[in-house]
Amino acid sequence: MQSLSEAFRAAFTLVIDLDPDLIEIVSLSFGITGASLLLATLVGLPFGASLALFRFPGRRPLIVIVNALMGLPPVVVGLVVYLALSRSGPLGGLGWLFTPKAMVVAQFVLITPIVAGLSRQVIEDLWEEYEEQLRSLGATAARALPTLLWDGRFRLVTTVLAGFGRAVGEVGAVIVVGGNIAHSTRVMTTAIALETSKGDLALALGLGLVLLALALGVNALAMLFRELGARVEG
Amino acid sequence: MASILPLEFREVGFSAGGQALLRDLSIRFEAGAPSVVMGPNGAGKSLSLRIAHGLLAPTTGSVRWLGLDAPPNDPRVRHRQAMVFEQPVLLRRSAAANVDYALAVARVPRSERADRVAQALSRTGLARVADRRARVLSAGEQQRLSLARAWALEPEVLFLDEPTAALDPGATRAVEESIAAISESGTKIVMTTHDLGQARRLAGEILLLCKGRLVERAAAADFFESPESAEARSFLNGDLLWE
Repeated sequence: MQSLSEAFRAAFTLVIDLDPDLIEIVSLSFGITGASLLLATLVGLPFGASLALFRFPGRRPLIVIVNALMGLPPVVVGLVVYLALSRSGPLGGLGWLFTPKAMVVAQFVLITPIVAGLSRQVIEDLWEEYEEQLRSLGATAARALPTLLWDGRFRLVTTVLAGFGRAVGEVGAVIVVGGNIAHSTRVMTTAIALETSKGDLALALGLGLVLLALALGVNALAMLFRELGARVEG
Repeated sequence: MASILPLEFREVGFSAGGQALLRDLSIRFEAGAPSVVMGPNGAGKSLSLRIAHGLLAPTTGSVRWLGLDAPPNDPRVRHRQAMVFEQPVLLRRSAAANVDYALAVARVPRSERADRVAQALSRTGLARVADRRARVLSAGEQQRLSLARAWALEPEVLFLDEPTAALDPGATRAVEESIAAISESGTKIVMTTHDLGQARRLAGEILLLCKGRLVERAAAADFFESPESAEARSFLNGDLLWE
């Protein structure tokens, strides 16, 4: 077991020297999170906006379900995706278990409700402001949808960043479906868990520093977008 | 193309929360000088405009555009009438883009839109702010932009709900000039206002609503010089402000 100061020094060295193992893990994390975020945005944004705009039977229970799913326990998501992708599961034929694809699926399941739920709120607020005017101009809800997505773009970026933050820092689901296999499915969070349990704090701390920097960066970006939005929108 | 006018209210009633807000309202709006709907707060002025425009459906009675024998929300009349609200709601884009959006929704061909946007902004004195973000314009400019957006649609009928209620005298004057110009271009104006001076300046006729009923309708000059009903006299004396 290294002393804490040695561990920090070694961690900084790994980050500054762009250690290949660290870079591989960080790259895989970004790849998986990026893919799941892209899919969650493509599904979650229009779904959330539709929930805000369209009135149909069962809408309110659906909103309650989406809101409840925003707080899904990651390990449970991992378990459900594991069961679905396991050999005897309905999607077992895909052979995705213990691959990055399974991790993308797990993160997608985890963050799509977040993107959908938050974007529903953003679009609903905007619709409340615009509805009478847009209806007066003859815009149907379907015609209003892209208008609201565009006019709410700065606030929607913040919801997408919230999804990113949730996905990149997640460990429970991806370790269950990915297996934390070196050079294959080992991402930042699972590597931190493993290296800490082994007592090798340097890599764990190095990855932790990257995650912290990411958290700060995401928050800074969210603030930047909010300010940019306020300036552009007036 | 046949005119959509006249617009007829037939015994229109509207209730909400168990309270009757409009009762047996029968009015017919013909082409011509502006019709100004007045009355104390809560008389049903804004409500009647929203029903005429098709944003709300009456609880009882009916509203029809008799030129086409169509209800207010009929697609054939949707883009031939427009409305400007007391608080302008502008999209988060430039002044010109706001006008262009309205034309796009009305399915005006892209090739015609730039000219119509420029013309509408020019006629309302907003050409110099065409590229500025709509939401940073002054309150008066925002309301004129709302008028420009409605005017660009070349509506036969334009409903104006207290268009200058939140404006200072200078901005009010500019908005009134735009309203007068729109009226002179042949668009029928139906508007609500609390401002007696504004009604004198713009109205061809006055309709006075009280407690959801039409209590007097007269040519503007007659209404102000010799009101017939007790409510009208009380309203003009400033004694009838709230119901």
